[in-house]
Amino acid sequence: MSSLDWVYTETVKEHFTNPKNILENEEAFHPDGRGMVGNIKCGDQMLMAIKVSDNKITDCKWKTYGCASAIASTSVLSEMVKGMTLSDAYKLRPEDVVKELGALPEHKIHCSVLGDRALRAAIDDYYTKTNQKDKIVHEEAKIICQCMNVTDKDILEAFKAGAHDYEELQFRTKIGTVCGQCKNKTLELLHEYEHLYG
Amino acid sequence: MAKKSVYMDYNATTPLHPEVKQEMIEAFDLFGNPSSMHEPGRRARNRVERVRQLTASFLGAAPDEVVFTGGGSESNNTVIKMYTCSGCHAHCVKNERNEIITSAIEHPSVLEATQYLESNGKLVHFLPVDAAGKISIDAFREKISAKTGLVTLMLANNEIGTIQDIKTMTQIAHEYGALVHTDAVQAIGRIPVHVDDLGVDYLSFSGHKFYGPKGIGVLYSRRAKPFCRFIHGGHQEAGRRAGTTNALGIIGMGKALEMVEKEMDETIVRVKAMRDRLESGLKDRIPDILVNGHPADRLCNTLNVSFQGAEGEAILLYLDLEGIAVSTGSACSTGTLEPSHVLLATGVGPELAHGSIRFSLGRETSDEEVDYVLEAVPPIISRVRNMSTVYEGGCR
Repeated sequence: MSSLDWVYTETVKEHFTNPKNILENEEAFHPDGRGMVGNIKCGDQMLMAIKVSDNKITDCKWKTYGCASAIASTSVLSEMVKGMTLSDAYKLRPEDVVKELGALPEHKIHCSVLGDRALRAAIDDYYTKTNQKDKIVHEEAKIICQCMNVTDKDILEAFKAGAHDYEELQFRTKIGTVCGQCKNKTLELLHEYEHLYG
Repeated sequence: MAKKSVYMDYNATTPLHPEVKQEMIEAFDLFGNPSSMHEPGRRARNRVERVRQLTASFLGAAPDEVVFTGGGSESNNTVIKMYTCSGCHAHCVKNERNEIITSAIEHPSVLEATQYLESNGKLVHFLPVDAAGKISIDAFREKISAKTGLVTLMLANNEIGTIQDIKTMTQIAHEYGALVHTDAVQAIGRIPVHVDDLGVDYLSFSGHKFYGPKGIGVLYSRRAKPFCRFIHGGHQEAGRRAGTTNALGIIGMGKALEMVEKEMDETIVRVKAMRDRLESGLKDRIPDILVNGHPADRLCNTLNVSFQGAEGEAILLYLDLEGIAVSTGSACSTGTLEPSHVLLATGVGPELAHGSIRFSLGRETSDEEVDYVLEAVPPIISRVRNMSTVYEGGCR
């Protein structure tokens, strides 16, 4: 694709120009589960609403405040999950959405592809409402800094406690104070948490 | 509505004026190096020096006060980075004063260059602005002192068009013996710019913002004021800027300035009328919008609007699909988390900064184009708001 054609892939363009399943009237849709993630401060926020029957998503509608790739990725996700079991939908990750869209610029992925999180929040909401809280999966912690054994959960905890930049984070967790190889990964996570919880 | 191609991003850059294009085409074979003594060189030099005179008279300056550079960013960097110098030659700025004053809404070439000075141990004051983007004279008085070496403030803002009272601040700065630079990149052709009226010591501008070519700019440097070279390696520009003289760029920019002289009065009136019609038309057709910038002290061609509950990059790309070229202060357009530093400085808040669109008009804008934009924008805003998590309609 030449850059003259458009800034994103044809699939992104299609979902941007003709977004599918916009949640126009939440009351009328009467979702079985809803989840919202994102932060207006950073320019992206997503709401996913699902209808569930027999542990399958029968319908999915959404709203988003965000850029073209945010609109397109939420739209494509809403199409992907229809008919999916809750447990399969739960496993969807940004890379699945990006694959469906063809491609997205690297810097757009962690900003604008928040739909999968909103979807998991909607499923959790459904589980909560239907007394199936035991099915809510708490993600396992991943080690980010091998040297100091710091996980993504530790970083999130420190972020929520006020460590909003790398130096402050290092001060609190000692992350990246030995070989420093994890710095980029850590900065990406900080960026993401700013979006989600900032 | 048949799709048109409407360019409303003149603050980003402008197309060549047809006469500039013609002048440059005719000058294409003028290949001689203006520094050479032989005839081809002299021929090119002759043209360059004619433009220097023309530029000087345009600014109300003397020809030897005009330095040709590679553009606005280079001119700005040259002035600001003089303050890392302490004794390069007889006219060195000598860097004895440790403080710099600038503002929160400068172009990145000023902001980042002053931040660079900060990392070199300077104390830089970034003056705040009010909701209309104006620097208050009182705030300026608070920071200026005998320690101030340089004041660098833009004449007119690129994003919201607000025009600053550079003349008053220059007078105050001179009382303290500080030097004053103004970034006039957006001002040329849109408001009168006269160096003695402003009183400034240095002034930057760039050819491509007023229908001239890209890659050519000017740094006005007042006679007898300090000057330290930024680019070393040659005697061009009387030793003030090394590098083979960009004769073709200079010739094009010269023609563009000539055309500004001829057409500016008429263009300002015409463009302002269209801009005002666009502004009131959008306000009439779309609820919950905010016009950014100063109501009166604003460039005649600039309209920056924030649409509540609608994100700017999405709006920009929907407009692009309709053939309309504008820009946005949304973070998405820059690849960072932060939306426009200018809008944040005016205090509009991140949501309205993300939802901002800049329409900047120019000499080729027509009434039909304004009509087309007025027809295209409202349904796009409704559409974006309809899928927005934050827009519920009504004033909130």
